[in-house]
Amino acid sequence: MAAVFPFSALAGQEEMKRALLIAAVEPAIGGVLIFGDRGTGKSTAIRALAALLPPMQVVAGCAYNCPPGASAGLCGLCAGPDAAGPLAAATVAVPVVDMPLGATEDRVVGALDLERALTRGEKAFEPGLLARAHRGFLYIDEVNLLEDHLVDLLLDVAASGENVVEREGLSVRHPARFVLIGSGNPEEGELRPQLLDRFGLSVAVETLSDLSLRVEAVKRRDAFERDPHGFLEEWRPQEDALRARLQAARARLASVSVADEVLMQASRLCLSLGTDGLRGELTLLRAARALAALEGEDRVTMAHLRQVAPAALGHRLRRNPLDEAGSGARIERAMAEVLGT
Amino acid sequence: MRDLIEQPDPGGGGPNRNPAWADGLLAVRLFAVDPAGLAGIILRAQPGPVRDACLALIRSAMPESAPWRKMPAQVEASRLIGGLDLAQTLKAGRPVAERGLLAEANGGIIVMAMAERVPQGVAALIAQALESGEARVERDGVAHAFPSRFGIVALDEGLPEDEPLAALLRDRVAFCADLTSVATGEAASPPDRLETWAAAVPAARTRLARVVAGDEIVQALCGAALALGIGSLRAPLLALRAARAAAALDGSPRVEEEHAALAARLVFSWRATALPPEEAPAKAESPSEPPDEPQGEPGLGDDAGSGGGPIDDVVLEAARAAIPPDLLSRLQQAGIQPMPRARSGQSGMAIKSRAKGRPVGTRRGELRSGTRLSLIDTLRAAAPWQPLRRRPGSARIEVRPDDFRVTRFKQRTQSVTIFAVDASGSQAFARLAEVKGAVELLLAESYVRRDQVALIAFRGQTAELVVPPTRSLVRAKRLLAGLPGGGGTPLAAGIEASAALAEALRRKGLSPTIVLMTDGRANITRPSAGNRLNAVEDALAAARLVKQAQLAAVFIDTSPRPRAEAQRLASEMGARYVPLPYADAAALNAVLKRRA
Repeated sequence: MAAVFPFSALAGQEEMKRALLIAAVEPAIGGVLIFGDRGTGKSTAIRALAALLPPMQVVAGCAYNCPPGASAGLCGLCAGPDAAGPLAAATVAVPVVDMPLGATEDRVVGALDLERALTRGEKAFEPGLLARAHRGFLYIDEVNLLEDHLVDLLLDVAASGENVVEREGLSVRHPARFVLIGSGNPEEGELRPQLLDRFGLSVAVETLSDLSLRVEAVKRRDAFERDPHGFLEEWRPQEDALRARLQAARARLASVSVADEVLMQASRLCLSLGTDGLRGELTLLRAARALAALEGEDRVTMAHLRQVAPAALGHRLRRNPLDEAGSGARIERAMAEVLGT
Repeated sequence: MRDLIEQPDPGGGGPNRNPAWADGLLAVRLFAVDPAGLAGIILRAQPGPVRDACLALIRSAMPESAPWRKMPAQVEASRLIGGLDLAQTLKAGRPVAERGLLAEANGGIIVMAMAERVPQGVAALIAQALESGEARVERDGVAHAFPSRFGIVALDEGLPEDEPLAALLRDRVAFCADLTSVATGEAASPPDRLETWAAAVPAARTRLARVVAGDEIVQALCGAALALGIGSLRAPLLALRAARAAAALDGSPRVEEEHAALAARLVFSWRATALPPEEAPAKAESPSEPPDEPQGEPGLGDDAGSGGGPIDDVVLEAARAAIPPDLLSRLQQAGIQPMPRARSGQSGMAIKSRAKGRPVGTRRGELRSGTRLSLIDTLRAAAPWQPLRRRPGSARIEVRPDDFRVTRFKQRTQSVTIFAVDASGSQAFARLAEVKGAVELLLAESYVRRDQVALIAFRGQTAELVVPPTRSLVRAKRLLAGLPGGGGTPLAAGIEASAALAEALRRKGLSPTIVLMTDGRANITRPSAGNRLNAVEDALAAARLVKQAQLAAVFIDTSPRPRAEAQRLASEMGARYVPLPYADAAALNAVLKRRA
C-alpha cells in the first residue's frame, strides 16, 4: 500500500475539506460532489480522507463489512441461522473504494463467482465493489465520464441502501450503505441535473489564487513525494489531532440540538431560493449539525447554517441558463436577505 | 549548465539553428531522466526523421529492460487495463487475470500514436494510472491492482485543424515540444552526439534523488505560473521536477536559477493563458539589481518571503520569452478554432471510433464478424456443464459453441444540433445575442438527453467553428462569450463548413441537424471562386450539397421581411424554411423542438 498524502497537510480548499469532514461525521448526508478546475487536489483530498478515518469494527471474515453486535441490516450470512451466537469482531480501516473508469457492471454489483463455478461447479455469489464499500465511501473520479447506466445503478443503490442482484441464476440482496463521492471537471461534460441533486453536498473547487498558499501546497507535495514516510511522521501530530476531532464529533453528533429559530431560518432560506422538495432543507440541517459537532459545539447557530448553505443548496437551484450570476451569488443574496448580514 | 544549455548546435547550422529543435531536444532529455515523475511529453511533429530522432533519444536513454509500448489511438479499455486472459483461463481451468497495456508499461514508456484522437474515456484511464501509479482492473470478474508507473510520449501530428490531446492529459504531462517547424536537415544530428546525450541520462537519473531545491526556487516557479495565468497546481510541481532533472543532468547537487528558468520555459510557456506585464511589478528596491547576485544563500529567506526576488524575475522572464508569439491573438479569439477541413481516406477511422452503445446484456449467438464475444458470460454459461464434459485428468475447460454469448449493444444515436450563424454586419448585433441565448437554452435542455450542440459562425471571409460539438454548458458559454460580429456574409463558406462538420459527425455515428440562421444576403464568394458577383450562386451551390448529402436542416430567415431569395436557398438545401424576424431565444427553441 503506497503512502497517502495526509489530510491535515492539504493547503487551502477549505470548503472542500469541510464538506468531506461533514460527510465523515454524518454519513447520512447523502454523498459529496466535488466539481472544479484541474490540478486543485480533488483526488488527493479524497484519498487523504481514507487514511484519516478512524478504523471500524466488522464481523471477522464478512465480505459485506457487517457491524458486529447489530441486530438489523446484516447480510444474509451474518443474520442467518448458521451465525447463532456472538460473531467474532475485527478492526479494519474504513473502506474507501475507488471505482475505476472502465469498471464493468458485474464487478460493481457482484456476480457469479467464476473460479468456484469453474473449478468446483458451485453456484456462489462473488460480492462486488458495492459490497466492499458498505459502511464506507465509494469514490468515483471523473464521475461525469462514467457510463450512464452505471451512474444510475450507483445512485439507486446509494438511495436504497441495499444492493439487489438478479443475474446468472443468482438472487442475492445485501446491505450497501455508503457515502458516494464524485469528482470531475465540468469542462469535460456536465453531470445530468437528475444526478446533481442526488448528491447531498456539492462543492465547486477553484484554483488557489493566493501565491503563498500555492507555494505551500507545492512544497508540501514535493516534500511528500521525495520522502513519504518522513513527511507522514512530521504531520502525525496534526493528523492525530484531526482524527480525534472527527471521533469526538461523531460521538457528539446525536446530542447537538437545533433551536426552533434556526429551523425556521433554514426553511425560509430554502423557500426564498425555491429549492424543490424537502431534501435540500434536510441536508442543510444535517450538514449544519455535523459542522457544529466538528467545532465542538452543542447547538447549531446561524453561523453554521451560513457556512454549509452554499454546499447544501447550490446545486439544487433551478438552472437558468441565461442567468449569468452563478448559484453562489444567488445563495449569498438569499442569505443576506433571510439571515441578515 | 555548460553542456545543457550551451550545447553545440545539433544541426551544425551555426547561426540558423532552430530554437524549437534545441528546446525540443532539451525537453526530451529532461523527460528521459524522470519519465514517471514528469509524466509525459507531447511531440507535435509529422511522422519523419525529426520525430524519430526524439523517440530514438528517449529509447536509448531508457534502461535496456524498460518496457516500451505503443498504444494505438483506438485501443479498447479492456486491452488498456487488462481483464480476463481467455487462453490461460481455458487452459488452467480457473480465471487468470491478464495484464493490460498500462501494467505492461510499468517502469517504462507508453508511446501514444495519434494522441490527439485518443477518446476521452481512454485518456481518463491513462490519467488515473499516472495519478495513482497503479492500473486497477475491476472487470470481467477480475479485481486486481497492477503497479503501473510510466511516462507517456504523446505523438501529435500537429495538424492545426485537429483538436489537441485531451485536456486531462495535457494537464498532467510536463512538456510539449512543437517540432512542426523543424526541417529534416536540422534534425540530422551526428549520431555520436545523440549517444553522448543518451549516455548522460542514466547517471543523471541516479543523481536525481539527491538534488535539492531551495524555497526560493519553489517560490519563483509558483509565482511565474500564477503570473502566466496557469491555474493548475500540477504545473509548478512538474516544473520543480523538471528543474531537478535539469540540475541532475548538469551534475549540480542543487537546483540553480538557470535550471529553474529552463524548467519554467519548457513547462510553462505552452500552458500560459495570460501574458504578464512587460515590467515585473515594481518593488521598493530598485529592479536593476545586478543579476549576478549570489543565489541560494541561506540569508535569502526574507527575500523569498516577500514574494518577489530577482530569481522570480529571471524565471518568469525565461518562461515569457518562450511563449509563442501568437499567444495573444489566440487568447483574443478565446479558443475559436479553425474549421476542420474535409479530408479523404479517413472514413474508416471515423467508423471505428463510433460511439459504442450501451451494452444491454448478452444473448446466445454465433461468432460472426462484427459481434463481440462476451467472455465472462460465455464462461459462466459453460461453467455448470464442466463436471459432465470434462475428461478425467484434464483441467481444460470445455466450451461448446452453444455456450457462446455475444454482447448486445443498444446504440442510441446522439443528436447534434449544428448552429450555423450569420455573424456578419448585415445581421444586427442584437440578433447574435439572441442566437447565443438560444444555444444556451438548447444546451441546458440537451444535456438532459445527453445531446450535443456545435456552433459555426461565418463573417468576414471565412467560417469558424466557435463551439465544437459539446454538451458542456460551461465550455460553450466561455467560447460564445468571445464571439465577435461584423463584416461580410460568406454564406457559401458557412453552409459548406456546416455540411462538412455534419458529415464528419454522421460518420462518427451521431445524427446531426444543421440550423442555418441568416438573412440570406450572401456577398462573399467561396475562397476558391474569386468573383464577388457569384456570391449568391455559390451559396446556392453549397446549399445543393446539403441536399445531396441528405442532411437534416432548418433554415431560419432572420431578415425583417421574408424574401423569395432566402426561400429558394432553403428549398435548394432541402431545409425547412422558418421566417423568424423577431427571433428570441424561446421562440427559436420552440421551432427547433418541432423539427423532429
